[in-house]
Amino acid sequence: MDLIIPTISQGLLWAVMAIGVYITFRVLDIADLTVEGSFPLGAATAAALLTGGHNPITAIVAACFAGMISGTITGFLHTKLKIPALLAGILTMIALYSINLRIMGKANISLLQVDTIFTIFPVSFDVQSIVLIVGLIAVSIVGLVSYWFFGTEIGAAIRATGFNQHMIRANGINTDITIMLGLLLSNGLVAISGALVAQNNGFADVGMGVGTIVIGLASVIIGEVLFGTKSFKNCLISVVLGSIVYRVVIAVVLQMGMPPNDLKLFTAVLVALALSLPLFQAKLNNRKRRMAK
Amino acid sequence: MLKVENVSKTFNPGTITEKIALSDVSLHLLPGEFVTVIGGNGAGKSTLMNSIAGTFFVDTGKIVIDNYDITKWPEHKRAKFIGRVFQDPMMGTAAGMMIEENLAIAARRGKAPSLRWSAPKSDREHFRQLLSTLNLGLENRLESKVGLLSGGQRQALTLLMATMANPKLLLLDEHTAALDPKTAEKVLTITNSIINNRRLTTLMITHNMRDALRFGNRLVMMFNGRIIIDVKDATKQNLTVKDLLAMFEEASGSEIDNDRMLLS
Repeated sequence: MDLIIPTISQGLLWAVMAIGVYITFRVLDIADLTVEGSFPLGAATAAALLTGGHNPITAIVAACFAGMISGTITGFLHTKLKIPALLAGILTMIALYSINLRIMGKANISLLQVDTIFTIFPVSFDVQSIVLIVGLIAVSIVGLVSYWFFGTEIGAAIRATGFNQHMIRANGINTDITIMLGLLLSNGLVAISGALVAQNNGFADVGMGVGTIVIGLASVIIGEVLFGTKSFKNCLISVVLGSIVYRVVIAVVLQMGMPPNDLKLFTAVLVALALSLPLFQAKLNNRKRRMAK
Repeated sequence: MLKVENVSKTFNPGTITEKIALSDVSLHLLPGEFVTVIGGNGAGKSTLMNSIAGTFFVDTGKIVIDNYDITKWPEHKRAKFIGRVFQDPMMGTAAGMMIEENLAIAARRGKAPSLRWSAPKSDREHFRQLLSTLNLGLENRLESKVGLLSGGQRQALTLLMATMANPKLLLLDEHTAALDPKTAEKVLTITNSIINNRRLTTLMITHNMRDALRFGNRLVMMFNGRIIIDVKDATKQNLTVKDLLAMFEEASGSEIDNDRMLLS
């Protein structure tokens, strides 16, 4: 039971990443693998700055910018050089592995000896509560800004690009730019999440991005199935709750004795099942209809 | 208003699937002209329209709208001047967005988007009033997602969107071909009244000879990537389907072998 608060907090910190994945996977309709590199990029950037004595807020903002640059590179490869989106993301992801090592100077940086976003507040709460509060604040800011941005003219153009590129071009919008903007925003958020998670874990590691996309997809899909997709606002809330539910599920199966090494396998199977859900539903409906006749 | 000058386009040049889609086509449209375009499959109607819209660039020739040479302009930049309705009812709208969101995007066609709120409540009265002219009851469904509408409703909405921001040129690419006859007739009636009320310069592709004669004040027939018949005003008003078939045989040196065009 004493795991509940930390599990929810974890879910909130990762939810920022999940919103980023939602922007590419659902809004732009692109499976963007850049996130596997931009998540540790955020962690690496923040860790390098924190150990250099910089303020945690500065570190997170810098991480966000680094992530935005990585998203822009994927966008450039995809829209200007016409490389398929999936491959463009993989290329950036691989390149980022080297970049992240360069930023950190080694494969792993410990953050236990430096001030982080979780230790700078002059309040006397216990560590668990502070992580929860920081998570809530981060998700609220990111959620509100996303909701506002995607309601603006530029945001609406990005959403329309994901639904129908013909339509939005016929209405005078350059889809190269909207796609690039979406990727930029998405990876900015993913990097923020990486910076937060690294500070919470107490270290940044070059390998911490493995599986980011699958965790993001799991959060998006679990959220959509359980909490609905009625409107954009509804979707954002669903993704955040989905991220929390995913963490709870993981905590439960670990408690039940699943070896932690099997975690990624478990997540992959979970996402594969969730992604094939529409197919099974259609088959089931077909059978029902045939039975009714 | 629109000048297409000596435009040619070949798809897949140098391969076995090489197809000369347009060969040396010239067409001048005066302001307010409503031109219907007919021709069999592969005659080059859609290629002509897509060349003007900028879906691809032409091999040779020039396209000018209102003294702007747009030959090298990308598709999204031409949209400033051109309103379009596609054959596929799914293509003209964003299915996952609300009717008002789609209208708001169309209302800004050609303007750079900003960080202002996309579909403010203050636009609603205007949108409602526009939608009510369609007589489809859409004025009470501003917050419905467009994906919930029927094909006919979506085409009517796309038509409204294409004409909202006063296009210099309206392109209709067989926009009723995918609809059932009754709905098609309704959308055509709406189309005709919008074009006539606003005196919009229009190119409308149709497969239906009778529609081509019934609507517009000029008729163009294409065959093998060329314009073979071009009649307007009084001459066009007096034409019958039979005249048109005779003209086609004379101009092309062959008989019409397209059932869809004959039977409809």
